[in-house]
Amino acid sequence: MYKLLLCWRYLSTRYIALASVVSVTLGVATMIVVNSVMSGFAFEMRNRLHGILADLVVEAHSLEGFENPEYYMDEIRRVAGDDIVGMTPTVHVPAMLSFKYGGKYVTRPVTLIGIDPATQSEASDFGKYLQHPENRRRMSFELREGGYDTRDHQAGREAKERSVMELAGWKYRRWHVKLERDREAISGDLDRVPPPDFTVPPEFTAPPDEKVDDTEAGETMVEEVENEHGPSDHGAEVADQDKSAKPPSDPFANRAKDADEVFDPMRETHTGLVLGIALSSFHDSGGDERFLVLPGDDVQLAFPNASVPPGVVTDRFTIVDFYESKMSEYDGSFVFVPIRKLQELRGMIDPQTGVTFVNSIQIKLKDESKGDLVRDKLRKALPMELFNVSTWRDKQGALLAAVQMETAILNILLFLIIAVAGFGILAIFFMIVVEKTRDIGILKALGASGRGIMGIFLAYGLSLGIVGSGVGMVLGLLFVVYINEVAKVLSKITGHEVFDPSIYYFYKIPTIIDPLTVAWIVCGALAIAVLASVLPARRAARLHPVEALRYE
Amino acid sequence: MSNHRSIASAAQSVRRRGVAQTVSTSRDGAVAVRSANTVPAGNSVSASDDPPATSTVQLRSLALAKSYRKGRVDIPVLRGVELEVRRGEFLAIIGQSGSGKSTLLHLLGTLDAPDAGEVHFDGRRIDNLPCGKRDALRNRRFGMIFQFYHLLPELSALENVLAPAMIASNAWGYYRRRRQYTAEAARLLETVGLGHRLKHRPRELSGGEMQRAAIARALVAGPEVLLADEPTGNLDRATGRDIMQLLRSLNRERKLTIVMVTHDLAIAEQADRVVRLVEGRVERA
Repeated sequence: MYKLLLCWRYLSTRYIALASVVSVTLGVATMIVVNSVMSGFAFEMRNRLHGILADLVVEAHSLEGFENPEYYMDEIRRVAGDDIVGMTPTVHVPAMLSFKYGGKYVTRPVTLIGIDPATQSEASDFGKYLQHPENRRRMSFELREGGYDTRDHQAGREAKERSVMELAGWKYRRWHVKLERDREAISGDLDRVPPPDFTVPPEFTAPPDEKVDDTEAGETMVEEVENEHGPSDHGAEVADQDKSAKPPSDPFANRAKDADEVFDPMRETHTGLVLGIALSSFHDSGGDERFLVLPGDDVQLAFPNASVPPGVVTDRFTIVDFYESKMSEYDGSFVFVPIRKLQELRGMIDPQTGVTFVNSIQIKLKDESKGDLVRDKLRKALPMELFNVSTWRDKQGALLAAVQMETAILNILLFLIIAVAGFGILAIFFMIVVEKTRDIGILKALGASGRGIMGIFLAYGLSLGIVGSGVGMVLGLLFVVYINEVAKVLSKITGHEVFDPSIYYFYKIPTIIDPLTVAWIVCGALAIAVLASVLPARRAARLHPVEALRYE
Repeated sequence: MSNHRSIASAAQSVRRRGVAQTVSTSRDGAVAVRSANTVPAGNSVSASDDPPATSTVQLRSLALAKSYRKGRVDIPVLRGVELEVRRGEFLAIIGQSGSGKSTLLHLLGTLDAPDAGEVHFDGRRIDNLPCGKRDALRNRRFGMIFQFYHLLPELSALENVLAPAMIASNAWGYYRRRRQYTAEAARLLETVGLGHRLKHRPRELSGGEMQRAAIARALVAGPEVLLADEPTGNLDRATGRDIMQLLRSLNRERKLTIVMVTHDLAIAEQADRVVRLVEGRVERA
């Protein structure tokens, strides 16, 4: 009892000892924040990776793929049908994407994926990442009239508005083609060039339920065009152009110039294509998103066909939507087209029998955690020399492992901070024991045992640990809960964005508070505080009562 | 809590009465002490009449020797002290400073272990008992008071008095009987004339008051022997006299054995018997 009373009194009268646990507090708070943010990031990343990749992928080793996917899908269903929710065949090929921007062709290496629009969303979260609400509900490779999201639907209200997306769709295509034709009609006679009018005239907008304010849309477009010609935007390409001397020309000009004569871009489109959003846009120096192309524009793709050695196939496609998974690696390289069209172009359909070839089969499982089990089953059932079966974890193992490693190292480092705090407690406790020498003698004279004296100081250490880690826990949790507000305030004070959404693709700092982790951290801090008080407590317990009493 | 407060106020009223009667707590106080500690009060009236010599020996030291190490030299402090303390006796040990009287007291109270010789208490050897038993002995059978009072600065007077009771029982046992203990401690403080200072910290008390609190603390566990190390050494003459009167009355009313160490002959002479310690030995008077 006296232990508790004295321990409490020491705690409430000796504030210097509390100073020694400030580092425990800070250590605990930092550990909680770091762990929450790291696991938030990891979770978010895993989610995205998982959303993009199917649970399980059966892929051919070769670029020409394997024939008759229906047969293999039946085979897979026979082996592991109980665990499977959905399957979709896909064709993957490396490709070159080109489109005209600012009078030049922009070419980018991409991964071209042929998907079955009907079943793709069954096997992965593909549909969720599209920009048109209708496409999210039911994917279609037809160009929509309009109505694309002007805000990032995944980010909530905090996202910056993408006002230019308001134009995207058929309306934009019609206006664009008209502009193009006008330009061609008057080319060669520059004096007769009328002042450019970027207002989308009403005749290009679909008459029913069209809510776009033309004037406003037009103005946005002008702004957009001018901005895109600013020298800062795309360096050397247009740096020489004198903006004031030249009438602002349309950056998307000539896009459809060499189109097929019969093909009327006013009324027709090429095959639909979904473009990774990072391929079509970039972030300017102000952090704003700028689009090089919009849904409605045409692009050109070049990719190898399925013969040996591969020849080059080129074709035109029309962008019908953007794909935004927030994983820059994928947003900057994925291009989706209908699988049938790709198979045709690559010669993956047997002309006599009509048997198709695919590269891989994407499988979604009922229970993702059974991935390894099903994978091993399929590996046994399918011929090894033809197929490689892997889970999404296998595919992104390195990345996930890296994140885990990072978390582990950060935890070790931060725990060292708390360990350092332990030495602070040790030093201060030795001083307190020296200061309390006489009191220890008195207690012994009154019959307190060495064990009891030790108990006082251990309890003292424990309660300091509780105070330190308790305050640390509360601070850490508050910080995690209000982390976005904190980031906002910090960016206001420092003047630059602490957490730049354009870099991380998250509009909020993702956090996950894992109660078990918090409990571990707090227990660890408590253990260190108690361990640090063991030595001084033992010393106090061994003090000779007479010498302690004589101590002045 | 309300109970507690009522005790405190009762104590205050008693104190006021005590002051008015100027008994200096001797009669009144002794009665209170007896009732508080439930010692059978059988022949309290005849206690002072009984010659101490007839009582049995309670505390005895046999050829007690102790030396302190200073650097490489052993400095002998006690060189074979033979001492007998009878039950109910008020013994004063007098000696020059450095004559080893405090050391002797510590050895008697098992705070320290002798180099040679034995200490017997109630006929049993106690100096070689295991630690835990000696702790219990100090806690329950001995009371100690010191020249510098040695109150715990973090605790109030009442809590200081309660400390031995807290040490004696575990937290739960103490919690169950806390009212009883608190009432007893308050009564004891009242007895020694500190009924109005229950909640004060030691630094808010005067020297005399601190020594009274220390005496109350020494008495709370109902000890049989009180070991006093220069109890008046740090007090002015008048306060010292009060303390001595208190000790005397405790000795008489409770038949409490008191061993007091002092260098002041005037103080020592108020005891039943005086023993002089010279150069580590008891000088036969």
